[in-house]
Amino acid sequence: MSAMLRNSPRIVRDIAHARAGDKGNTSNVNVWVYDATQYDLLRRSLTVERIKGAFPRLIRGAVERYEIPHLQGLNFVLHDALEGGVNSSLNLDSHGKSWSYLILGLELDE
Amino acid sequence: MNVSARIFRIGTGAGFSADRLDPAVDLVKRGSLNAIVFECLGERTVAFAHRDRMANPRLGYNTHLRRRMQALLPICRAAGTVLITNMGAANPRAAAEHTIEIARDLGLQGLKVACVEGDDVSGLVPPDAPFMDEPGILSRVGMPVVGMNAYLGADAIIPALEQKADVVIGGRFSDPSMFVAPLAHHFGWKLTDTGRVGASTLIGHLLECGMQVTGGYFADPGVKDVPDLARCGYPIAEVAADGSAVITKLGGTGGCVTPATVREQLLYEVHDPSRYLTPDVTADFSRVTIAPDGNDRVKVANAGGAARPDMLKVTVGFDAGFQGEAGVSYAGPAAQERGQIAAEVVRERLAKVHGLSSDLRIDLIGVSSLFATAGLRAAGAQDVRLHVAMRARSREAVETMLWEVESLLCCGPAGGGGFRGTIVPSVVTKSLLIARERVTPTLEIMVA
Repeated sequence: MSAMLRNSPRIVRDIAHARAGDKGNTSNVNVWVYDATQYDLLRRSLTVERIKGAFPRLIRGAVERYEIPHLQGLNFVLHDALEGGVNSSLNLDSHGKSWSYLILGLELDE
Repeated sequence: MNVSARIFRIGTGAGFSADRLDPAVDLVKRGSLNAIVFECLGERTVAFAHRDRMANPRLGYNTHLRRRMQALLPICRAAGTVLITNMGAANPRAAAEHTIEIARDLGLQGLKVACVEGDDVSGLVPPDAPFMDEPGILSRVGMPVVGMNAYLGADAIIPALEQKADVVIGGRFSDPSMFVAPLAHHFGWKLTDTGRVGASTLIGHLLECGMQVTGGYFADPGVKDVPDLARCGYPIAEVAADGSAVITKLGGTGGCVTPATVREQLLYEVHDPSRYLTPDVTADFSRVTIAPDGNDRVKVANAGGAARPDMLKVTVGFDAGFQGEAGVSYAGPAAQERGQIAAEVVRERLAKVHGLSSDLRIDLIGVSSLFATAGLRAAGAQDVRLHVAMRARSREAVETMLWEVESLLCCGPAGGGGFRGTIVPSVVTKSLLIARERVTPTLEIMVA
């Protein structure tokens, strides 16, 4: 891989890390950039519309986004996004832990 | 008073029901802790505990309690470390009585075990109580209630500490409250001091999931490497009288404590960072500062708080019958296509031959299982597993599903093997709110 390719981030995982948590049928995913200079790129790339639009069958409710600018993070709240929640969903990942990597797999804006 | 005496050292020995034991033993032996918390209850595990208690009224507490207490009671006593836990789950009394038996067997005469009850609010919730975050009311669910637990706060735990309990066992203690209580008790903070309670709630929140703040659940090769993950250490908070703290871990353990591990945990299971509701406070994590303070040391400060909520959250468990899971694997050329045929055969036979319309989900592991409903599709996988999951009121219906999946061994597509199937009782949970005045925590001190 050339230095140029390495330097041009393509997906969210290239600039940020994330963790997903669940409460009932609501998931939250917090996303943090490694380098403060990438925070604007993250904010531009991960809009509420973008998240909702990327997973239309999985997120059945509203999406909220909270910004934590001094720590360069975003927190997404995904309502009705866990197929009923940990004790109701028949998904192998009934907590929805893999939500973090669904979002880290999204492509960044140019 | 020297500096170290003004610092309260609190650690975590479990961040969920099945968390590791050996690092907890190491932490108590070498950590010079004032208190250690075993947080072992979630929406999933409280449901399992009710299921266990339904099968045997002497059970319903954490299934690892015996081994944990056998390993920890002697060393906690030697170190002067108070042990606080919600391992009582759906049956705190049975858990406390069993702990007393273990203490006697170990010769720990005089050990004081506090049993805190009152989180079981069965009968106290009106039938027309609406659910949080979903439509419906309690009396219209159509499934029998197996248990209802209100989240108890630090005010339920502090009386046990005032009576000098060595071990405090409860059921649905709110996770951070198990940290707030010993800190408030030690520093003499009033529970109406929302700033200090907010600060200690932050500490509890960061520590309650154990290694999730010390490098566990964090490693991602190449971008987030974690040293010696197999020997990861549990966290310690060194808490100052102003409510600020350094998050760290024992030297010689694996894992890492960095600003990145701390911020990932900061908003774990948090929605609005400025309004995190617990029984103790409306905590404000939106202005928290996170700063490195040496190797594997991170200082956190600036959490705030406003008045505690008037209502307490209640988790209600319902008997939903049985849940079954079964699978068969396919490998080599066209494995994905053969797995797909198997899925179609099972779906058709359950519906058309057996007339089963229960909750059913069929995935191909290796192609689309966790992400199936997200619409992602891999192609050309050569190692896939059909996975069928089903919930039904009748056990026989779930047994029929397992039988159908197993029948693929001779009747399905070519080359399927490795059938496994399991059936477990299913408890589904929903949340509602109860007025705080209706919930009365009780305390009994048992002495070994």
